[in-house]
Amino acid sequence: MFGYYFELALCSLKRNKVLTALMVLAIALGIGASMTTLTVLHVLSGDPLPDKSAKLYYPQLDPRDLSGMHPGAEPPNQVSWMDGMNLLKAGRADRQALMTGGAVAIQPAESAIDPFFEDARFTTRDFFSMFDVPFQYGHAWGKAEDDNDARLVVLSQRINDKLFGGVDSTGKTLRMGGKDFRIVGVLDSWRPTPHFYDLTTGNYSESEGVYLPLLTAIDLKFPFNGSRDCWGNGTNADMKTGLCTWMQFWVQLDTPAKASAYKQFLINYSSQQKSLGVYQREPNVRLRGLMQWLDYSKVVPSDVHLQLWLALGFLVVCLVNTVGLMLAKFLRRSGELGVRRALGASRGSVFAQLLVEAGTVGLVGGIGGLLLAVLGLWFVRMQPSDYAALAHLDLPMLAATFFLAVSATLVAGLLPAWRACVLAPAPQLKAA
Amino acid sequence: MGIRPILSALRRHKAGTLLIALQIGLTLAIVCNALFIIGGRIAKIERPSGLDERDLLFVSTSHAGLKADTPAGRAALAAGIQGDLTALRHLPDVQDAYETNALSLSNINWTLGLKLSPDARGGAPGAFFFADDHTLATLGLKLVAGRDFKASEIGRHSLLGTLEPPVVIITKHMADSLFPKGDALGKQVYFVGGATKPSTIIGIVQRMQTGNSQSERDSFTWNSILIPMHMLEPARYYVVRAKPGRLDAALHSVPAALYAQDPLRVIPDGTGADAGVRSFAQIRAQAYRGDIAMAQLMGVISVILLAVTAAGIVGLSSFWVGQRRKQIGVRRALGATRGDILSYFLTENLLISMGGVLLGVALVIGLNLWMVTRFEMAHLPVPYVLVGAVVLLLLGQGAVLAPALRASRVPPVEATRSV
Repeated sequence: MFGYYFELALCSLKRNKVLTALMVLAIALGIGASMTTLTVLHVLSGDPLPDKSAKLYYPQLDPRDLSGMHPGAEPPNQVSWMDGMNLLKAGRADRQALMTGGAVAIQPAESAIDPFFEDARFTTRDFFSMFDVPFQYGHAWGKAEDDNDARLVVLSQRINDKLFGGVDSTGKTLRMGGKDFRIVGVLDSWRPTPHFYDLTTGNYSESEGVYLPLLTAIDLKFPFNGSRDCWGNGTNADMKTGLCTWMQFWVQLDTPAKASAYKQFLINYSSQQKSLGVYQREPNVRLRGLMQWLDYSKVVPSDVHLQLWLALGFLVVCLVNTVGLMLAKFLRRSGELGVRRALGASRGSVFAQLLVEAGTVGLVGGIGGLLLAVLGLWFVRMQPSDYAALAHLDLPMLAATFFLAVSATLVAGLLPAWRACVLAPAPQLKAA
Repeated sequence: MGIRPILSALRRHKAGTLLIALQIGLTLAIVCNALFIIGGRIAKIERPSGLDERDLLFVSTSHAGLKADTPAGRAALAAGIQGDLTALRHLPDVQDAYETNALSLSNINWTLGLKLSPDARGGAPGAFFFADDHTLATLGLKLVAGRDFKASEIGRHSLLGTLEPPVVIITKHMADSLFPKGDALGKQVYFVGGATKPSTIIGIVQRMQTGNSQSERDSFTWNSILIPMHMLEPARYYVVRAKPGRLDAALHSVPAALYAQDPLRVIPDGTGADAGVRSFAQIRAQAYRGDIAMAQLMGVISVILLAVTAAGIVGLSSFWVGQRRKQIGVRRALGATRGDILSYFLTENLLISMGGVLLGVALVIGLNLWMVTRFEMAHLPVPYVLVGAVVLLLLGQGAVLAPALRASRVPPVEATRSV
């Protein structure tokens, strides 16, 4: 039965090519625009670490002075050196890492490559195990190296390819900022999206090229990347104080019970700091999970939301347009439908026949929409924004495209099909 | 020809009529808001930065080995900067140049603030720029009160640490936010970040945009502070004004001259935002690239939407004409002219379109109110709605013209045929 309806649909669609083309084009445009913007949103609002994100938390403390205080104020988005070191040493979480962005001047041994600056991450070692960072060669540094200023470095795959042609470079020496560092590890390809662990260096920036122990980089006064917020007499020249926030501190807490215990620990820590006269404000802490943190930080650009809503509005107009065209098409065939009814077809089967026709339009429109979405995403990738390169169609979005196209067209076909099948057959026959 | 027969005919095509009206209404709502977004972005891109932007170059240079943390290091850096500036200012392609930490629209932004006393809370935020006695001339800034820096006033300072320059030049916007009475010239202010010595405002410039092109807040866009100091940092910037018409030559001769001064420095290659040598036109294009892309996208969506709606009207009107051939023939046989038939369909479309436009205006207002809260957009001005409404009415008339002309050509003899 379905095959026969499909054949009828094709016949009817062929009969009026312009009208069919108009409907298919309208559906394709609406679906193409919606899927392009939906895919961008889907990529940008994704979970950077789907297996781990539920266990990762971003503690925030409020060490600021009383200037500009108002009730309900959010604590700063980063921690100070002093608080970061205290929390790190307390070691109350299952894993914890204190970090900041930076830059290093890399001076390759081979003279074929000019010296260049590379974004770096200065961090303590749990960074790698906590964020499930994959290693291609070697491993992270250990506890001892974190504490004793070791001249060690972990390279990203990109930098290892650039400097060593992708071979195992562990054990070799790399000269950075005028000092020699021993390579202990090389990462596999790794680009969490968004760049959740440090949003101050760009929401969707690429992962850093080199990773150094935090204390080593700070003692060598390597240049810093990111944002600093100072108050009172805190000046941005001496960063090892409690008067400027500029570092990120992440913890892994394996159970919700541990998370609530950790939050209590943060409150106790703040009260203790206040009683010592270090803090001036009442305890004001947050312990947001990774996804909550991304949500709170509004990482997805509001332009992307705006584009999505406009594209959906566009799809609605295209669908209303299709409803109108289908109505015209079906009603024009009242004569033919009247004959089918008179020969014994029930209303239901006429209705089904017309819906098959609508679905066919939707399917073809979906294919067109898919092509347009691929084209649209290609345009997005041509844009210079830092998330542009990420805009790719994945399998779920591909399936969603067809589902949206066919279901939207079926909904659009309901009214015209119903109007066409409730017409009494006799007058139609007479008129014909 | 009255409207009543048209209305009673439309009553027999309720679904089609409503669909066209709905489509026109939705299109109006979306197109109006899209046009409004385009208008807002264009206004943002076109606001003047306060600089004479033609012939300006921005060069980034760094030297990994040098450090500013010893007296010897500082002396070497200061000598390097002086050497660079002398070399640049003597180039045949160059009119003037100075050394700094950032530039308007460059997306490099160092923000501190000024306050009226050392222990005051708050104050006005402001982006600070290292400058010297060549800065106003290089940038083409317009001094509205006071004077330029003198060569003897130029000090030295690293990028970090407490700033306490004896004199500063600030923008009018910053002056007005610190001294609303307009008497800022000659007043003393203190830098946020621990300054205990005052800085005297010796000059006020009309306008100079900060490095931030995307801030919603005026104070972060227009509060700029020029400090009379060379920045002692291994990573620094030079702003160069090329002689008129010699910008392209300077794009090559400026980095060459800098490398001649210090072969070990790094001036990044490339063409994007990380490029070491950028003309101001590039900086401007990169600062507003997102806004330009958004405006283009809105434009494309609007055009396609109008085309889809026009196609829909053509399709449905053609169907109606085909359906009514016999009636048209009867009217023609009873004495109606071709013009009567044409105006019938045009009027019919006008009525539907006006209904749609009314619905659209309600939708526009609703949608805009929602976007105001959701996307912090401004309220939509009435002219946008009026223009949108007229455009859609004309679009409707244009789209129905072909089917209506076909209808007017139906011969009276059609009345006698059985179909």
